[in-house]
Amino acid sequence: MHTEDISEVQVVPADKAKIKKIWMTAGILAILTAIEFLFAFTMDAGTLRTSIFIGLTIVKAFYIVGEFMHLKYEVKVLIWSILIPMIFVAWMLVAFIYEGSSIYFSRFF
Amino acid sequence: MNASYGKLMMWFFLLSDAFTFSALLITYGMIRSAHPAYAGEVEAFVFSQEYWPIPEKVFEAVPFLHGMSLPLVFVGIMTFILIMSSVTMVLAVEAGHRMDKKAVEKWMLWTIVGGLTFLGCQAWEWSHFIHGVGGGGAGLAWNEYGPPDFAALFFFITGFHGTHVFSGVVLNFLIYYNTVTGVYERRGHYEMVEKVGLYWHFVDLVWVFVFTFFYLV
Repeated sequence: MHTEDISEVQVVPADKAKIKKIWMTAGILAILTAIEFLFAFTMDAGTLRTSIFIGLTIVKAFYIVGEFMHLKYEVKVLIWSILIPMIFVAWMLVAFIYEGSSIYFSRFF
Repeated sequence: MNASYGKLMMWFFLLSDAFTFSALLITYGMIRSAHPAYAGEVEAFVFSQEYWPIPEKVFEAVPFLHGMSLPLVFVGIMTFILIMSSVTMVLAVEAGHRMDKKAVEKWMLWTIVGGLTFLGCQAWEWSHFIHGVGGGGAGLAWNEYGPPDFAALFFFITGFHGTHVFSGVVLNFLIYYNTVTGVYERRGHYEMVEKVGLYWHFVDLVWVFVFTFFYLV
């Protein structure tokens, strides 16, 4: 019964450059994951390898949040109100890893 | 471009959800660093309650390839599935901007398929983890792979993420249904696809972190 209304909807043709960018981002995410796999099997575990993993994860997060979730193109206030609270998470990580190793030493030494 | 009220609130919800997941992953880091680490050669690794297991030695099974040691291959496939379903979600959002109903339907359907496939993979992963590889498997109180805390954290973190994937699939289905019945076309915009899309990308984002902190590090 709404067919008259629906036929008036104008479908805009797809912008090739936009679609290409989406697949580019997907390709970057896939390549970064592949590099992580490479490091997982060719490098010995240690602080350096862990740092590389965390670094690559943050790059991947940047692409997902910036491109897929479109945050890069939002207003500055929104970007900062999402990013600034994450500083507390970084601190929380440092504090609790420190706490954990201190528990380890008091348990086993 | 100004974010609408709905999108803004979705962002703040996701921020609070990010705190919850951060807390869970940081708990993992803390408990792990409070346990002894395995010190010997990777090749000589055996499961023991004495030290934290190496993840690639725990997660090395793939469906239909019984008895083969394929470390992290299955979880790599799962990561790929989730990234792909995130891509199809972006394509659905993009089609929504162009008022292309048919394309939104197509990409939403692919996103739902991706989500369901991921859930199926996780069900297999859990089942394999619980039944174990000959040492009694793992539950909340016992664990053949290492300290009991390892299994408890595995269930808690991947379970909490899996619950998010499940609710994401439900939301995606509702969006798909509304698209098919023409709700958004009559409304004149597809902003709901964007809002649920934000949630779906967030679920993918969390998996990227779970993958690194639980399976790689």
